[in-house]
Amino acid sequence: MDTTPTALPLSDDGVPLKVRLRRAERSYKLRSLALIAPLLIFLVLSFVLPISTLLYRAVDNHELADAMPKTVAALDGWDGNAIPAEPVFVALATDLRDLKEAGRIGIPAKRLGYEISGFRSVLTKTLRKLPAPDAQNVRDVVVDAVPEWGELRYWKAFERAAKPYTPRYLLASVDREVNEDGQIVVNESSAFVDIFGRTFWISGVVTLCCLLLAYPLAYWLSVLPPSKSNLLMICVLLPFWTSLLVRTAAWIVLLQSGGLINGGLQALGIIDQPLQLVFNRVGVYISMVHILLPFMILPLYSVMKGIPPHFVRAAVSLGAHPFLAFWKVYVPQTIAGVGAGCLLTYILALGYYITPALLGGPDDQMVSYFVAFYTNRTINWGMASALGSLLLVATLLLYVVYGKLVDNTGQSGRK
Amino acid sequence: MNPYATPLEKVWFWAFRLFCVGVLVFLIVPILVIVPLSFNSSSFLSYPLAGVSLRWYHELFASDEWMSSIRNSFIVAPAATLLATTFGTLAAVGLTRGNFPGKAVVMGILISPMVVPTVIVGVGMYFFFAEQHLLNTYSGLILAHAALGVPFVIITVTATLQGYNYNLSRAAASLGAPPLTTFFRVMLPLIAPGVISGALFAFATSFDEVVVTLFLAAPAQRTLPMQMFAGIRENISPTIAAIATLLITLSVCMLLTMEWLRRRNEKLRGSGI
Repeated sequence: MDTTPTALPLSDDGVPLKVRLRRAERSYKLRSLALIAPLLIFLVLSFVLPISTLLYRAVDNHELADAMPKTVAALDGWDGNAIPAEPVFVALATDLRDLKEAGRIGIPAKRLGYEISGFRSVLTKTLRKLPAPDAQNVRDVVVDAVPEWGELRYWKAFERAAKPYTPRYLLASVDREVNEDGQIVVNESSAFVDIFGRTFWISGVVTLCCLLLAYPLAYWLSVLPPSKSNLLMICVLLPFWTSLLVRTAAWIVLLQSGGLINGGLQALGIIDQPLQLVFNRVGVYISMVHILLPFMILPLYSVMKGIPPHFVRAAVSLGAHPFLAFWKVYVPQTIAGVGAGCLLTYILALGYYITPALLGGPDDQMVSYFVAFYTNRTINWGMASALGSLLLVATLLLYVVYGKLVDNTGQSGRK
Repeated sequence: MNPYATPLEKVWFWAFRLFCVGVLVFLIVPILVIVPLSFNSSSFLSYPLAGVSLRWYHELFASDEWMSSIRNSFIVAPAATLLATTFGTLAAVGLTRGNFPGKAVVMGILISPMVVPTVIVGVGMYFFFAEQHLLNTYSGLILAHAALGVPFVIITVTATLQGYNYNLSRAAASLGAPPLTTFFRVMLPLIAPGVISGALFAFATSFDEVVVTLFLAAPAQRTLPMQMFAGIRENISPTIAAIATLLITLSVCMLLTMEWLRRRNEKLRGSGI
């Protein structure tokens, strides 16, 4: 009653063809994966892991546990209601003695200083009045010499800094902090929300300007005969291929107070005093629009190139005013290109660092500047990583939207 | 323009053209303006030119700092390009050979170096490379630049492979060619325009990269963009205009090569292969 073997065609060696086909397909797929694997491994090692390190550093809190391991271990299981007992103070004295010998007191002092600003001097004071290694009643000696160790809030701060992970840098990136009672409160003196707002705002303005400049130009280039449009396209592509620093330098030369634009305007008698066009927001906007404009023009151009002219012509011949026909018939067909171009421009603008750093003033710096600042200047890597992580999350969310959008346009183009 | 246009339509037509030409001028003029300044004999970066001289080029070529930064860039960029192009082309071939689960995620990862803000890449690599003892080395810089160039190779080569006829590979295989021979003798010559333009993109990316380099390189590895960044920040002298002019010449060359490759690719597609 077994009918299947005879129903299936067999290959020469007696294996059903279906099985052989599946085997062949599987090995084909595996070979495809083997071709991708080297690059994927390379990128994971040289790109994905470094970025994961950054994300990890945003919550990582190992400085104190590394610098004062004995105290941190002794404090484990502390209920937080009373000043810790003698063993913790013995561990504290031992740790501080080790740090003094190694000359590494700076790291825990800096970390504890983030929690309570006076903690740094408490540590140095304790260091000077350290009891002898074999002293009895270390707790009383230390508290007598440095009364802060008898205050609960210092120990609570120490405990917070001793945890392996901390939300403090991420909270600080949105102007929040944990107060001494463990509640999340607004930090009035911090301005990171403003800086994020500024970053999103500058990127938005730049994207909008790019769209307003690029849309008509892309349309014109798409309806011109190829011989002309190819020639004009050089004006778009040459800036695209030119070094960012060359373009930045060019804008400084053009915009500075003795530069061409001010000189020209003064010679024409339009202005008496040179305008401040550089090292402020105006300079940042002008140069960023110039640098990002090709990223808007190119996707728009490629979408517009694929739009047949008949639809608008049909609408006009049916009596629509040319503007109405353009708005109701042409523009909707370009929405996908507009979306892709705007998102790409916005994503790229969010991460700008060089242009604002060279052409902007202190109030025009974007999040990237502060990431670099905390990495290189103040060596506060937790803060740099937290700011970077938030910027990364914002960028990746937009990137996912962009991927969906481009994917959809690809499909609609194939129909 | 049709001859029956109303005056309003005429005004609109010319206003539109004027606007477009204005945008083109905005794009191209800043780049052209800096070129004559590099031949200026005075040390001010302003017009009118005081006289024509090559003194800033002499200064450029006589400066150890500038020359060593140019040398470093010509060490790092070709090496990074080679890495990115080799791995990228292989992966692009794998990606276009059919679907597999998780393809979208893999593609997302391969393209991500293009969208992640460079400062984040820089700081992340700074932390990670420090642990791997790759900080302040040429190898570290080359790895970083290669990673940044990969997306461009993937995008251009996959785009070119869309137009590749896989029956040609099958024909070669059925005639007994081993896979490597098929790749080098049949596929590579046909997708070469895409591979070369991807390599050019990767080269330009590395040659212009400054943010990640600022984090990873010591003065010994100082690249040309880094030197320019420092120069622009301190005081912008005509030497900057001279090096800018040389870089613009380089970008014109790259642009012309790209255009030539595009035409070649179109011709190949037009001939039905």
